[in-house]
This record gives sequence, C-alpha cells and structure tokens, in this order.
Amino acid sequence: MSFLDLKNVTKIYPNGTKAVHETSLSVDEGEFMVFVGPSGCGKSTLLRMVAGLEDITEGDINLDGKLINEVDPSERDVAMVFQNYALYPHMNVYNNLAYGLKNRGIDKETIEQKVNDAAKLLQISDYLQRKPSMLSGGQRQRVAMGRAIVRNPKIFLFDEPLSNLDAKLRIQMRLEIKKLQQKVGVTSIFVTHDQVEAMTLADRLAVINNGIIEQLGTPIEIYDNPKSLFVAGFIGSPQMNFLDGNIKNKTLSAEGFEIKDIDSDFEGEVKLGIRPEHLSQSENSLINLKVDLVEQLGSDNLVYGQLKDKKDFCYRCPGNLTIEKGADLSLNIENNKYYIFDKSTGKRVN
Amino acid sequence: MTRFITSSFSHLILLIGILIMVVPVWMIFASSTHTSSMINMNGLQMFLGDSFYENYLRVLLYQGGFFKEITAFKMFFNSFIMATGVAILSVVTSLMAAYALVYYRIKYATLLFWIIFITILVPLELRIFPTYSVMAELNLVNSYFGLIVPISASAIATLFFRQFYKTVPDELLESAKLDGANTWRFFVDFLIPLSKTMIVAMLIFMFVFGYNQYLWPLLVTTSEQYWTVVMGLKMMSGSIVHRFAFVMMSMVPPILIIIVLQKYFIKGVFQDK
Repeated sequence: MSFLDLKNVTKIYPNGTKAVHETSLSVDEGEFMVFVGPSGCGKSTLLRMVAGLEDITEGDINLDGKLINEVDPSERDVAMVFQNYALYPHMNVYNNLAYGLKNRGIDKETIEQKVNDAAKLLQISDYLQRKPSMLSGGQRQRVAMGRAIVRNPKIFLFDEPLSNLDAKLRIQMRLEIKKLQQKVGVTSIFVTHDQVEAMTLADRLAVINNGIIEQLGTPIEIYDNPKSLFVAGFIGSPQMNFLDGNIKNKTLSAEGFEIKDIDSDFEGEVKLGIRPEHLSQSENSLINLKVDLVEQLGSDNLVYGQLKDKKDFCYRCPGNLTIEKGADLSLNIENNKYYIFDKSTGKRVN
Repeated sequence: MTRFITSSFSHLILLIGILIMVVPVWMIFASSTHTSSMINMNGLQMFLGDSFYENYLRVLLYQGGFFKEITAFKMFFNSFIMATGVAILSVVTSLMAAYALVYYRIKYATLLFWIIFITILVPLELRIFPTYSVMAELNLVNSYFGLIVPISASAIATLFFRQFYKTVPDELLESAKLDGANTWRFFVDFLIPLSKTMIVAMLIFMFVFGYNQYLWPLLVTTSEQYWTVVMGLKMMSGSIVHRFAFVMMSMVPPILIIIVLQKYFIKGVFQDK
C-alpha cells in the first residue's frame, strides 16, 4: 500500500450534485502530485476530502496505512495552504506559525525553535512580529507555507495557492515551492487550473474533468501521450489544433489533405489533433495556412491563421523566422506527431 | 467667496442645533449652583452661582425616599451594578447565540434568528406582567439578579455579532481546524479577538441601555435599597436646586463611558478596519 491511498472515493453534495466519481489514486511518500483541471471539475473537493474538510460519501482514504475517513481534520496530521492564505489576521506572524503547535501541547522552547527554523527556511525571520495586514502578497504566501511546514505534517495540501499573486511572483513562488518540497521531502498534493504550474511542479499529474481522473502520469507522459481529447486540449500551450476527419482503410482524410498508413484500425469520424510546436515549413506540404496574426514572443513566434475551410489554426515557429501577415505557409507535421481521437467518445485511437 | 458663504451658512445651522441641545443642560447646571431661594425668586439662571459644593454634597449624602433609607450615592452604586450586569450578560449571551446560529449546523437557523430578532418589536412594557410574575415566583423581587436578568437578552447585539461572524471567511475556520482548534478554541482564539471593537461598542450600548431603565426597576424593587438613579429622579424629594444637581449627576456616568470609549464605539458600530 502506498502512502496516500484513495479507493473509489465519491462525493455527492446534499443537493444531489456529484462532484467526484469513484476516484482511485495512490500517492507515494515524498511525491509531488498535482491535480489539474478546469474550475468546477472536483479537484478542490478531492483535496478537501483528504484534508477532512468535506465528508466522504463513499469510498476509503488511507493515509500512512491508517483509514482516515472518520478522523477529525485536526487529528489527520495534514497541513493545508489556502488560496487566500487564511492567515489569522489578529495574530502576528510568529503566532500564526506557532498556533498549531500550541494546540498540540508542545512546550514553549520547542515551539520557538521550530518557528525560527521555518522562518529562516522561508526567509521571513524579519517579519515575525508583524501582523498579516502589513505583509505583501508574496510574504503572506510564505507565512502560509511556514504555517504548514512548522507542524511537520504527513502531507501538504495546496489549494491553488498561487492564483492571487501577480505573474512574476507566481513564477518565482512556483520555483520556491518546488525547491522547498524537494528539500523538506514531504508528500504533497497541489491543486491548480493552470497547466503550466501543473507541468512544472508535478512529479505526477492527475488531469481531472467532471469529477473523473481522465489521465494520470508524469507531465511528459501526459504531454506526449494524451489519452483523450480533453487531456490533449487541456495540456499544452498554446492549445493543440483540432481538425475534423474521417478514417477509411487506414487513410485519414481531413479538409484539404490526407494521411496514409495510419497506425490504427479505427474507422469512422475522428478528430485529428496537432500541436502547434510539432509543425514545420516544407516544400511537399500537407497543410496550407493563411496567416492572420503573428505573436512574437522573442524565442518563439506564434502564428495564427486559417486553413482552406476557414478553420482557425496555430503554428509555433522559432523566433528568428520572419513571417508577414497575409503570407501563405506550407506546413508539414514533424515525425508523424499527430493524435487521432474518436469523435464520439473522445478516446485516443492511434 | 460663494464657498465661504455656503460654508458659513451650514456652520450657522450646526451652531443653532448645538445651542438648542446644550443651552437647557447648561441652564440646569448653572441653576444647580445657586441657592433654592434664588431660583424661586428669579427663575432659571444662565450664570454660575457659588453653592456648587454645598448642593452637590448634600444630594450625594442625603437620606432620601419615603423611609429615608437611600442616598444618591447608593443609587449610583445600584445603577452601576445594574448597568454593568446588563452590559456583560447581554454581550456574553449575544456572542454565544450568534456563534451557535452561524457556526453550528442548526436546522432553520435563519428562521430561529428572525424569531429572536422580532422580539425587538415586543417592548418590555408589553411583557412586563408575565416577566414580573416569573420573577416573583422565583423570589427575585428586590434583588440585583431580578433587576438585571430579565432585560439582558439582546436581539440587537445578537444581530450585530451574527452579521459580523458571517463576514469571517470560512477558510479561517478550516485553517484553524487543521491547526487543531476545537469549537471552543475557535470561539475564544478567533471570534472574540476579531470582534473586540464590536464587543466594546456593544458593552457601551448595553451599559447605557441598562442605566436608563426606568419602568422595570420601578416594578421589581419595593425596597428603597434597590433604587436606581433614573428611578431616583422621580422619587427624589427636596428643593429644586437639589433635584437639578441630581439630574446633572445622573448624566455623568453614561457620558463618561462614551467619552472614554468612543473610539471603539464608532469603530465597532461602523465596522471599519
């Protein structure tokens, strides 16, 4: 049995809404697991069930070999960082960190020791006497993390903790969270709707949609090998291009082009997915793109345009290529990196 | 120039308002420092006389009432006990009621709250006979307990605390839970410190409310030993200057409390940070 084990966990709210459907998942000790999905997909509910803040309608949750379904949140030995940090506004930073320890009846000197250690680790030693209202967003974030670390819990739970920060700080804190987790080595679950955050932080990633885990794996596995239309569309930025098509006798025909000898026995209506970064310009082209707009990011250019059938399409090319608005580009798919999904079920078929 | 005129005009209106409120009080005070024969002959006075100590000391120590058992000093003491008791008891019960209504999963909590709230529409005068008979049955007539308890359930204070608790984010409770705080600790370590200014405001409010009670103390006390200041205003016999002096003194405690704690009072009632 692994460190955290979810078995057929289901959550149905009293009003009948089913937020999580029979979800099973295991997290190893020291692992950084990320739940990613659109808002309202049930990822936060799942996290809150682990924390004990939501009742479990069905199924079992085991933490460190112990069934915790009915265990009070305070007894679970989990620490959580909330989206708005939930710092205690009337206590200074020191007491914010010390409060959980005091409640556990730890003696004063040990508390002081632990708080000072955590403060040093997070570089908040200078603010210990300040109230949260006198701190900046980034500092509050650190205090919230300090409050989690200081208790030395079995598991860290992060509920979209970076979404209240500005873009630059978010990237910085993302790095720090990852470094910190590696240093402290505590098992962590991180909930986010931002796929970049998810990709960069995760050891393993669970893509959740409508209360179901659509795919579970390392970030690269999921990026290279999405199992469903939803995962393919959700992971990757800019988003994967999708084209309607049809397969007959191992030949896929889409608007304006054909791909022969595909690696699938599927026949019928499909969606063809091509990532913008898996395209290149070449003579014997497959796809013709009329350029509408070019976004220059420096290292890359994002080229937006339309295909023959007026379908929107995106192509990512190195930043040193100059592409004018209105140009006609001939594009080919690199190394046959395309994804075919059953149009009716959304399942991958190649 | 026009701005000068409009602002002078509004200041003038405000000044008139202040004069209307202050002048009668001043006249009573000024008159209370004269001898009674002076007032009887010349009417109310606008300027101070020289009998201040004589009049006020006599009032404080005079044995009043039908049985000459009560002094103004004792009345102040009684009023203080009653007002403090009402203030503390009503704030404590309201804090707890609001806590239960907001944080416990009580069925129909909102309905229950509105039932509590509509008691505002039922003044003490309406329930005074049943309340009196309950106190009489319990043998609490002529006691501080009987003076305080029946008027110490405050729907207003419950409303204030409830509305405040509703603005406290849920994450705070959840975070406290994960930090090992139980229901009691959350109340003591979080809600009470967070509502500190509001508690002070309500204490002042309820103190003045308790201090100003007239009808209830009148009914529930038959012994002069339990007379309060506001009752005493009516019961006090003596010459006119002594009554004036007593009126002046009766205003001091509530005014004092508001002056000392007005910072909290304004903060608490208008809830800024």
